[in-house]
Amino acid sequence: MKMNSRFFLVPALLAGLQAATAGDITGKVTLNGNPPPDAFNDAIKANEACGALHKEPVKVQFYVVDANKGLKDTIITLKGVAAKSTGESAAPVVLDQAGCLYNPTIVAVQTGQKLVVKNPDPVLHNVHPTPSPDSGNKEANKAQMPGGADLSFSFANPERFLKVKCDVHPWMFAWVTVVDNPYFAVTGADGSFKIANVPPGKYTLEATHRKASGGKPVTKEVEVTASGAMVDFTLDGPK
Amino acid sequence: MPPVPPIPAPRSGAALPRFAWVTAVFTLALIGLGGLVTSHGVGMAVPDWPTTYGYNMFFFPISQWVGGIFYEHTHRLLASGVGLLMTILALWVWGVKARPLLRWGGGVLLLAAATRPWWLPADRHQTSLSLGLVGAVALAAGFVWPRCAPASRGVRWLGVAAFFGVVLQGVLGGLRVVLFKDQIGIVHAALAQLFLVAVTLLAVFLSPRWENWLAGGVRWSSPRAAYLRRLFPVITGLIFLQLVVGATMRHEHAGLAIPDFPLAYHQLWPALDSASIAGYNANRVEIVALNPITANQILLQLLHRFLAVTIFVLIVHAALRTRHLGAGHPLRRLARFWLVLVHLQFALGAFTIWSNKAADVATAHVVVGALCLVTGALLTTLAFRGLIPVRVAARSAAAGPVVAGPAVASNPN
Repeated sequence: MKMNSRFFLVPALLAGLQAATAGDITGKVTLNGNPPPDAFNDAIKANEACGALHKEPVKVQFYVVDANKGLKDTIITLKGVAAKSTGESAAPVVLDQAGCLYNPTIVAVQTGQKLVVKNPDPVLHNVHPTPSPDSGNKEANKAQMPGGADLSFSFANPERFLKVKCDVHPWMFAWVTVVDNPYFAVTGADGSFKIANVPPGKYTLEATHRKASGGKPVTKEVEVTASGAMVDFTLDGPK
Repeated sequence: MPPVPPIPAPRSGAALPRFAWVTAVFTLALIGLGGLVTSHGVGMAVPDWPTTYGYNMFFFPISQWVGGIFYEHTHRLLASGVGLLMTILALWVWGVKARPLLRWGGGVLLLAAATRPWWLPADRHQTSLSLGLVGAVALAAGFVWPRCAPASRGVRWLGVAAFFGVVLQGVLGGLRVVLFKDQIGIVHAALAQLFLVAVTLLAVFLSPRWENWLAGGVRWSSPRAAYLRRLFPVITGLIFLQLVVGATMRHEHAGLAIPDFPLAYHQLWPALDSASIAGYNANRVEIVALNPITANQILLQLLHRFLAVTIFVLIVHAALRTRHLGAGHPLRRLARFWLVLVHLQFALGAFTIWSNKAADVATAHVVVGALCLVTGALLTTLAFRGLIPVRVAARSAAAGPVVAGPAVASNPN
């Protein structure tokens, strides 16, 4: 069946218009106070197969802070945005297990978006997402042989810090935040973040870290214009 | 002349009670291994059941027994072994009467192996091979099974109950894995303790010493008989409640809800508001995957501590209350053993916290807890079977010979 090109033209024009007026939200998250002393993962070194994959001591990744106290692994989400999740059509997010460690340990996906888990290790893992009982997301537990085929997971409902773990290697865990819109970010090594192409308007921006500020979201109001917006957060360290 | 039915030989002698004790020891080891599984947080390291990574569990390659799989898989194998021991024990106490059951059961298993019905697990070839092997052994055993006399009716049915208990236990363990339910894990842990009690009681009831004691009709008179008959079951019930609370704490997979002892977050009563709970979670370093601490988990550990002190005091009291029975009396000796156990258990509980829940220490705490329960059950059984109030003993003495003394041996029969 031949489709009239006008059917495609109107949405394309609208999308182009939105892109022209949309702005980026950028900013940085810093830690107030000092991070706790480095903790080391002794369990991995005690495991013969996994310990052999690491020459250096493995640090526990909770408060990852740079020299300027930029806080890595903070989830930034936007409240009050009309857009819905793009679900399965969004590019998959990859969670790697190289060296018997999840990398990254903090990820964010949209509802319905694929989370692809890879196993390049010479050992088998089981991949075990453990959603909170009231989230409505489904628990699963899948085996993944050494160098086995990628596993794919998706979650239907929003959830903050859904734990994914390997029970074969109990020190392996990552946290997946599931968001019901495409506007979110995870802070990088310097604590900076960028949420691109946000439609103009007033929103509430939330910054949530697994540990800092007691794991509670810190919120800020933001107005996005065509030139974007800049928001910085300060989260409290351990007391 | 009509054929004379074969007369069953006497009981199985020392072999049967020894076998029952072996089953009890293996059950305790199984509880320990189950404790290691939970202590290491690896209960889900094998994602499938009854298969293991798609294999029939008995064919799972040893080279793959790594990390958490080692604990979970060996737990399953030892559980199968205990299931087999319990099956033999349950049949053995029925003596010669078990022969038809073995022949029929073996035949059914062989038929199932040959026809490979739809309900067999995924790896049907290996499973049908295992079934066929078990069926053939059972069928053969049905023809050579000892022609010994059955045990007493109560022991026979205790054996049946224990058999169904171990089957239910295996199914619960599997369902916990495939249904992702921690609650099933708690029931699994609690039922394991009850199963151990049942097997230990079987071993005691089958022992020649117990049978001789029953045959002799020996009873011990005591002015505190009625009190001790109430005290022992109350303490034993509290120990079981404590074990359930402990199992609940362990199956929350949240690590130590209170990381210090004897205080709780450096206070007699810790703050439980949401800001404080958030602070506790923010400040702790998790090497392994732990769930966040909640106020309910802290309350549960406080309840565990309260029950621990209560049980400790009650067992000290019980040990003192049995002193009048005289040195060497079985009840007094067992009560003193209980006293030693509860001291050890209290120390292990403290070390579990001070070691940040080290897996071996936490598991030893589980095992000694199980021994405390079993000892309580034995004391309760002995008290109900052997202790009689003084006035009852006096009435019995009037009717027959009585031996005087603080713990009077009388024969009411």
